[in-house]
This record gives sequence, C-alpha cells and structure tokens, in this order.
Amino acid sequence: MDFDTIAAISTPMGEGAIGIVRLSGGDSLPIADKLYKGKHPLAQASTHTINYGHLIDPDVNETVEEVMVSVLRGPKTYTKEDMVEINCHGGITSVNRVLQLVLNNGARLAEPGEFTKRAFLNGRIDLSQAEGVMDLIQAKTERAMNVAMNQVEGKLAERIQRLRQELLETVAHVEVNIDYPEFDAEEMTLEVLRTKGGAVREDIDRLLRTAHQGKILREGLSTVIIGRPNVGKSSLLNSLVHENKAIVTDIPGTTRDVVEEYVNVRGVPLRLLDTAGIRETEDKVERIGVERSRKLVGEGELVLVVVNQNEPLTEEDQELFRLTEGHDAIIIVNKNDLEDRIDLARVKEIAGDRPVVTTSLLEDRGVDELEEAIRGLFFEGDLETGDMSYVSNSRHIALLTDAKKAVDEAMTAAEEGMPVDMVQIDITKAWELLGEVIGDQVNESLIDQLFAQFCLGK
Amino acid sequence: MSYHGGEFDVIVVGAGHAGVEAGLASARMGADTLMLTLNLDAVAFMPCNPSVGGPAKGIVVREIDALGGEMARNIDKTHIQMRMLNTGKGPAVRALRAQADKFTYQQEMKETIEDTENLILRQGMVEDLIVENGAVRGVITQTGAKYYAETVVITTGTYLRGKVILGELSYESGPNNMQPSVNLSYRLQEMGFEMERFKTGTPPRVNGNSIDYSKTEKQPGDDVARAFSFETTEYITDQLPCWLTYTNEETHSLINDNLQRSPMYSGMVEGTGPRYCPSIEDKIVRFHDKPRHQIFLEPEGRSTKEVYVQGLSTSLPEDVQHRILKSVPGLENVRMMRPGYAIEYDAIVPTQLWPSLETKKISGLFTAGQINGTSGYEEAAGQGIMAGINAALAAQNRDPLILDRSEAYIGVLIDDLVTKGTNEPYRLLTSRAEYRLLLRHDNADFRLLEKGYQAGLISNDRYERFKNKEKEIDAEVQRLRKAVIKPDETVNQVMADAGTAQMKEALAADVILKRPEISYEHIAQLTPPPKTLAPEVAEQVEITVKYEGYIAKQMEQVDKLKNMENKKIPENLDYMQINGIAYEARQKLSEVRPLSVAQASRVSGVNPSDISVLLVYLEQGNLQRTSEPETETPASN
Ligand SMILES: Cc1cc2nc3c(=O)[nH]c(=O)nc-3n(C[C@H](O)[C@H](O)[C@H](O)COP(=O)(O)OP(=O)(O)OC[C@H]3O[C@@H](n4cnc5c(N)ncnc54)[C@H](O)[C@@H]3O)c2cc1C
Ligand SMILES: Nc1nc2c(ncn2[C@@H]2O[C@H](COP(=O)(O)OP(=O)(O)OP(=O)(O)O)[C@@H](O)[C@H]2O)c(=O)[nH]1
Ligand SMILES: [Mg+2]
Repeated sequence: MDFDTIAAISTPMGEGAIGIVRLSGGDSLPIADKLYKGKHPLAQASTHTINYGHLIDPDVNETVEEVMVSVLRGPKTYTKEDMVEINCHGGITSVNRVLQLVLNNGARLAEPGEFTKRAFLNGRIDLSQAEGVMDLIQAKTERAMNVAMNQVEGKLAERIQRLRQELLETVAHVEVNIDYPEFDAEEMTLEVLRTKGGAVREDIDRLLRTAHQGKILREGLSTVIIGRPNVGKSSLLNSLVHENKAIVTDIPGTTRDVVEEYVNVRGVPLRLLDTAGIRETEDKVERIGVERSRKLVGEGELVLVVVNQNEPLTEEDQELFRLTEGHDAIIIVNKNDLEDRIDLARVKEIAGDRPVVTTSLLEDRGVDELEEAIRGLFFEGDLETGDMSYVSNSRHIALLTDAKKAVDEAMTAAEEGMPVDMVQIDITKAWELLGEVIGDQVNESLIDQLFAQFCLGK
Repeated sequence: MSYHGGEFDVIVVGAGHAGVEAGLASARMGADTLMLTLNLDAVAFMPCNPSVGGPAKGIVVREIDALGGEMARNIDKTHIQMRMLNTGKGPAVRALRAQADKFTYQQEMKETIEDTENLILRQGMVEDLIVENGAVRGVITQTGAKYYAETVVITTGTYLRGKVILGELSYESGPNNMQPSVNLSYRLQEMGFEMERFKTGTPPRVNGNSIDYSKTEKQPGDDVARAFSFETTEYITDQLPCWLTYTNEETHSLINDNLQRSPMYSGMVEGTGPRYCPSIEDKIVRFHDKPRHQIFLEPEGRSTKEVYVQGLSTSLPEDVQHRILKSVPGLENVRMMRPGYAIEYDAIVPTQLWPSLETKKISGLFTAGQINGTSGYEEAAGQGIMAGINAALAAQNRDPLILDRSEAYIGVLIDDLVTKGTNEPYRLLTSRAEYRLLLRHDNADFRLLEKGYQAGLISNDRYERFKNKEKEIDAEVQRLRKAVIKPDETVNQVMADAGTAQMKEALAADVILKRPEISYEHIAQLTPPPKTLAPEVAEQVEITVKYEGYIAKQMEQVDKLKNMENKKIPENLDYMQINGIAYEARQKLSEVRPLSVAQASRVSGVNPSDISVLLVYLEQGNLQRTSEPETETPASN
C-alpha cells in the first residue's frame, strides 16, 4: 500500500548525544537526497548502509549539520517501506532543525505511534504485537518494558486462554442440552451457571485489578514529596534518582516550582514530584507554591511526607499529616544524624498505619528501608509479582470490563430466573470478548468443544 | 442416440429433500421446471432416521414454510408423532420434531409435485451438463435426452460416486442400494470443480414384532396438537410412541473385540465422517469411560413393522451387527431386517459457490443439499428452496435472494458453507447462529414471509392474514405498555396464584409481564384485551415483551454489523496485491471472494488486522474514485 512519507525524531528529546530523525515512505530517499551532500547521492547507496555527509538547507544553500544517514530500503524495514535515518549531533535545537528541513521538503510529521501503525498496516506485525510495541514506545521504566514485552509474548494470553476454556466448557454444556435435548447429559442448571459465573467474574476482577498496576507500570506511580521548607525534600529526590537533579541549598524555600523525575525503585516505576516546602506564609510566590503542593497531594498516588528529626513537630507538620490522611503515604523522618528533637512516638501515633522511615539523606542512611517500604506498598495484597501478566493496554481493559459486565448480566438474569439458554447468551458474549483481547477468532471452537466433551450421535 | 428432450426455464437434478423444494419453488414462481431423478419410487426418500425437525433443524422447517416451501406441510400430513423440544428453556431454542411415516411422506410429496403446475417430474439419470461460454445451457441424460434450460440446480445428495461399506464388503452404490451417480461426478471434476470425499452411516432396521418393549422406556408424543406449518389447521391426533433402551458392557466388548473388522479402523474408508453422527464403534472408542449409550427405537411408519435403531449407526460386518443388537435389553430376540452401513460420496467444496448457491465457475449452475457438504434432510431442503428460488430468479433476470445470518438459520447455513467451507459433513446446530434469539421457531413468518411473498411463493390470501397478525400483535404490545395496573386484592390474588411477589405500586402491564412467573394469560386476566387473541398472537406478544431487553441487545449487534454487511467488495478485487493482508488470508479471500466486508471477516484464517487493512484499502479506493472529476452532469428539470 502506498502511504505518504512521514518523519519524526526517534530518540527521546534531549537524551543522548546523538539524535535521529527518521523517515518512512516511498519518498524517504528523494527527500533526504534534496538535503544530503556526500560522496554519492543516497539513491545510489545500497540498502542497509550508513553514509557520511552533510545536510544542506537548499533554500539558503548553507551547511546545517554533519550527519550519518542510514539508507534502509523496504520491505526489510520496520515499516516495510523505504526508510531513512538521519543521525545528527544531539541537542534539541539541532535535531529540531533537521526535522524542520525534512518537513519543509515533503515529509509529514508522524503522529505518535504512526511508524508502528504502518508496520501493522503493511502486514509486518499483527494487532496485539502492534499494541505491545505502542506500549513499548511509551514505556518509561525498565519494568514497564517488561510488561510490554510480556504482552507481546503472550503471558496474558495464557491466563485469558485458561479463563476462556472454563467458559467454553460451560457453554458447551448448555449447548448440548439445547441441541441434544434427549441426550443423557445432565441438565445445566441455573445453580451451576451461577457458581461458574461467579468464579469467572472473580478471575476477570483479579485481572482487572492488575490493570491499575499495569497502568502504573506504564506511566509511573505519581509520587509527591511534601514537607516544610528545608527538611530535605530535594535531597530525597536526588538520593532516589541517584543523581543531583534538584537544587539543594540550606536556604529554606529553595524549590519554588515542581521538579519531575522518573525513577525505578525496586521494580516500581515512580514519577517523582519534588514540591515547594509547605508553610503558612505571606510571601505571594511561595503561597502559590504551597497551593500547588496541596493540589499535588490530591493527585499523587503515593505521598512522601518529610519531617526534620532535628526539630520538634510543628503545626505545619501536623497539617501535612492531616492533608495526607487516607492516602498511600510514607513518613520520612530525616536528618537523624543531627540531634534528636522530635517526639518519634508521637509521629508514629499520628502516622497510624502509614509506614515511618528514619533517614539521613546527608549520610545516605535509611534509603534502603525507604525503598523497601515503597516496594511493599505497591506490591501488597494479591498482586502476583512473579508472572507479571498485567493488563496495561486500554483496549484490553475496556474489553475485560465489558466481559465482566456480561458475566454480571448473566448472573442477574440467572437471579431473575431467566431460562438457561438466555443466561448463556451473556456468558458466550463474555467468552467472545475475552477472545478479542487475545485476538482469537470464534470459529469452530465451541462446536469442537461440544463434540469433544460429549458423546453424541445417532 | 441423443435426442432433443425439450426446453425449460429451470432444470432440477434430483428429487431428494433439496430437489423437491427447489423444483416446487421454481415452478410456483412461474418458471417452467423439469425435475429429473434416478428413481421415481424414492422421491423425498429418507435414507436415514425417519424424523424431521429438532433443534435448529426444526426452525429451518418453519423457515421453509414461511418462504412458501413444502417440507412443513408434508410432515404435518404424514407424521406418527410430534413433540416440542426444550420447553423448559427459552423461546429461542424451542423446536419441533416429528417422527415421520417415511413411506407416506414420500407418497404425499410425490403427489404434491405431480399436481404442481409448470413442473414436470421425470425419471432419468443426468450424466453430463451442456455448458457454453462458461454458462450452463442444459443437461444430458443416460438415455441420450438433451434438455435445455436457463439455469440448472444439481441436488444429487450422497449419490456421487457413492460407495457402500459394510464390514469387509464394499461396492459402488447410492444409499439403500440405489444406483450410484458416477459419470456426473467425473464430469464436474473435469469442469474444474474441486470435490471432497465425505462419509456417513446408518444403523440397522429391525422387525418391531420381535422387540420386547416391556424392557424399554416409552417415549410418547406431546398431548397437545402441534404443526410445523403456519398454515396447517388439521392435526394428526393418533400418535405412535418411540422407545428408549441402552447399550451395556456386553455390547461394548462385542464391539471392541471386532474393531479390527470395522472398515473405519482397518483403513478402508477414505471419506471424512461427521463428528456428530459417530458410529457406535466410534463412540465406544472415543468415550470408553461411558458405561452405556442411549438407543431409541423409532417406527418407520404406520404400515410397516420396520423399526429404526437410533444410536447404533455402524459399518461393522453383518454377523457382528446381529450379535450387537441382541446384547441390547429388549432386543434379545430381535430380527434384523436391513444391516447398517456406511456410505462414501463426493461433495463439491462449497466455497466454490456464491451465497446465492450459484457456482462461481459456471454461471446459471446451482447446487444444493448434501452435494454441498451438508448432512440432514432439513439442511438439504433449506438450501433446495433457496437454490430453486435463485435459479428461477436468474431465469427471470431478477436479483438473487440472499438471507443473512440475522434473518434465518438458512442464512447461517449457507453463509457458513460458502464462506468457511466445511471439512466434515455440515449439520446445523443452534450454536452456529450468533443471533439465536432473533431466529426463533415462533417468528419465522415475521422474518421471511415478506421475502417469500416478493419472490412469488406466498399467496395474496396468506400474505393478508399474516399482515393482520402483525397488526394485532403490535396493537396489543402498545396497549400493554400503556395499561397501568394498580395493586388491589384481585390483582394480588393473580400474583399469588402465579407464584410471584405482591405488587406494591401501580405498574404498566408490560412491566409485570416481564416477571418470569407471569405469562400473557395472567396479564389478560388483569387487563383483558378488547378481543381475545389467537394463541399464536398471544405468544408473540408475550415473547416480544418478556425478552425485550435481550432482543434489543441482539438487534444492536445486528445493526453494528450491518455497516460491515453493507460495505460491499467488488467481485473481482485482486487480494494478492494488498500487501498489508497476511499471505494466507489473501489466498483464502481470493478463493472465497466475499461480497461484503462482514463476510470477509468470517473467512477462516482472516484476522481482524487483515480486515482493518482491507477497510483502509477499500476506503482509499473510494477516496481516489471520489476525487476523480465528476463526469455526470447534474440532473436538472
Ligand atoms: C446412509 C445414510 C445415512 C445418513 N445419515 C444421516 C444422519 O444421520 N443425519 C442426517 O442428518 N442426515 C443423514 N443422512 C443424510 C440425509 O439423508 C441427506 O442429508 C439428505 O437426504 C440429503 O438430501 P439431498 O436432497 O441433498 O439428497 P438426497 O436425498 O440423497 O437426494 C438425492 C437425489 O438425487 C437423485 N440423483 C442422484 N444422482 C442423480 C443423477 N445423476 N441424475 C438424476 N438424479 C440423481 C437421487 O435419485 C435423489 O433423488 C444420511 C444419508 C445416508 C445415505
Ligand atoms: N544534617 C543533615 N542535613 C540534611 C539532611 N538532608 C538534607 N540536609 C540538608 O538540609 C538542607 C535543605 O535540603 P533540601 O533538600 O534543599 O531541602 P528541601 O526540603 O528541598 O528545601 P526547600 O526546597 O527549600 O523547601 C540542605 O542543606 C541539605 O544538605 C540530612 O539527612 N542531614
Ligand atoms: Mg527543595
């Protein structure tokens, strides 16, 4: 199929020393050749070669960049189309400039995921792979990568397959009662349907519960650090990311705007947000910061409250405790290298079931315990950490939710005394929806099951 | 030695269950029709069990009736017992089954054909087709007659290169030692049709006088008078029972001991048999844990003592069959009259057909029934009437009639065949229909009568009556929605009698009818209609209201799919050039050549992603076409 030629920056903005502008489509090579000056035009280069040269802005005839250009001719490319990758020195400005040139000369800016969409439309990959790859593209942490990988490899599929088989056996049983009414198979009763339906609903529920985790794994658990000024919030962020990302000074009120960083803490991806210290203040700038911190607490999925062990608990500290009540939160009592002036027993009492961790971020102590506490909060309960078959794709979540609804409706119908074959309509629907998650076709499987499970004949 | 036999609009080859419906439909539509068959004494012959209907199949019989076909009327006149099945379940799966008097069934059908205008019934074996420029022109018989026609329908059942297998014995034969049809099969192959080899079997028949019925359970017909046809007004009340007995360990070890003599296991059989009609030896091998299997004893008619032994289909040698029969309680002294046997035959791969049942290779040539890979009288008859209608329509230069999956089991059947093909003899099951609740036994006339009328198969009289019924149902449903019932003592007495909860507040009558315990009769007590409704009208009212939610849900699904059904694909689309579609899917699609995107999505081996690509492709084609300059000048007046 012939599509137009698209282009996009393919390395994450600002990261790495080299930036790549990638083109895909029938005009990739001609467009690149309009800009490229090297030993030979790219049109003459063999496929899958890297060519050294310069990029010229044809409008002003001026050299823009020193580049390495990969020539990749279809169909042995990611999209199965002709592709060109222009490697240039990093830096947002230079990469952007190259992209701009390419766009001015006939390419169209790709939409997010459009390369993968082409790979799919050109038959390179199938739908569920495409979705997995889309998630891979968006994967922000190492763990999320694993989820995406697993999905491609079908861990989730296995679980759903099992669930479907159970439904199928039930449906086949109802069918045999309908199609072979005098056959001596036991009648499937509403009672049995209700029990089976209940079990299946629970299974779907369990899968859906992992959906929340799956989403977090993909997008990161938004984690807000709050505390009074100067207690060590920015130090906490730095020590979790093992890098000096936020400015740390001994001047209270250093952090004025929100600082955002991604980090993977023992398998839990965090989207860390360092905030301005919270205190009642007349200073207008700070006042806004405080308001924002309060709002962030509301949005955060995890709140890290930092207090200073070197000072007695203040009214503000207690206000923060109140603010985070009912949230997933961890209390960090920092600066325990200094003299102990806080009433720790009282802190623990106020904290209730929120874990309390004592640290010295200056001396890098207590960070292990803190990381462990974060992991514990995330992977608590019935989460199976081992198989990692999280549902993380929104289409799958929607389908599972529908499947659950279908089972619910079947149960309600059974409750109301609807005939078995009507109740079964929704069970079959659930089975079909689950099939859609893994891209299975309905086909003959029910009929196969019918004749495998029961001995029918004349 | 050949001679000109005459010219017709439509020729039907075969007078089995497919053939008779095809011929009758075509003739009733006004087409000059010739029906040729091997043996006039076996018109509408039942080579296997003497019964018509059952789940899904029974609904097909009603659909045939609503389209103006004969099967329902014929069985109504000739059955020995009738039962409504699945009465404990919902309305969607209820179905009638009749035990036929197989001999009067044939006689009755033959006479109906003889009495039909425009229809000539003649004995003769068709050996070749006359084809000119890719279009059929007629047929040539064994005796040299050349008959010409606009269209030809082939319904040769299990006769094509038929081979009977009975233990170590096998010989070329049609069912029941009829002549096989050999040359026609070779001619079809020479014309380029791809054939497959299928197999089916039948149990022994025994003399009823030698059965000790006291050792079996009686299976009577229903007390209530029932009928398949919407038109039947006279009911048979004098019914004969069937009987139930079981195999036992002795039966099973007899079979096990003789397995090596069974053709199925000695490798003598090449055809594929249906899973749903396994022979007793198959059942014992595949389900060896099952301690006993059911055996139903079914009389073959009123004027014969022959009894069909359902459950003992077998192709074991005759001597073993004697012993197997005698091991069954009630059959200790039984006298076998005919042995069971298996039969192998050629069928054409049905993906070579359009949904009209016209072959893609030769225009004007239609096939229907077992030759298309199905099994069963009702499946054959359902295809037969459609092929007959379409052959006549084609001869009259009219568009074909195609039923879709949401309209009829016949639609499901034909769509499955031409879209997916089949690798075993195909039988209809309710689970093959995705809109089971819409395809009910009770509403076949609402689904199809209008189409039968348009085709010219329904009399004005009948159509009028149907329209009235429709109006009455509508009016009553509307009335119930508006009728408010306030709880008082009499009302709550009705509630109590029905076994449902007391009413606390005023409710619309339709809301009350939705309670599982409440039937239309209760409602009629609470709020009597202006005029007492006929039972079939009351039934429709009850179902319409009671299952409204479910029906609406299925209608929604149908509507959703309608978009895809309406997205037509050009007949000659070159799938091979659409790279985005997986290679296997491209091949499949090129073979099936679906007419709509919905049909394409049902082709096996075609994935949703292939369909997305196909949609994009068709869409692009549309875009190109619409961006071309308009050549037509706008109409002005
Ligand atoms: C042994 C056996 C067991 C079966 N078991 C079952 C079963 O368990 N369940 C089930 O559902 N179905 C069973 N069937 C199938 C059922 O009988 C058929 O599906 C049904 O009869 C098919 O109808 P038809 O009209 O397609 O073909 P048939 O009823 O077979 O009719 C074919 C007609 O074509 C005529 N004919 C054939 N060749 C020519 C020719 N060259 N020229 C002119 N006329 C010709 C014949 O005379 C006959 O009239 C069985 C059939 C057999 C033979
Ligand atoms: N002694 C000691 N000093 C610490 C510790 N953690 C942080 N500090 C110091 O405390 C000061 C404030 O640290 P920050 O991390 O900037 O504190 P903050 O909460 O971000 O402050 P604001 O952004 O101003 O609200 C710095 O001088 C840090 O070096 C600790 O554990 N022990
Ligand atoms: Mg700070």
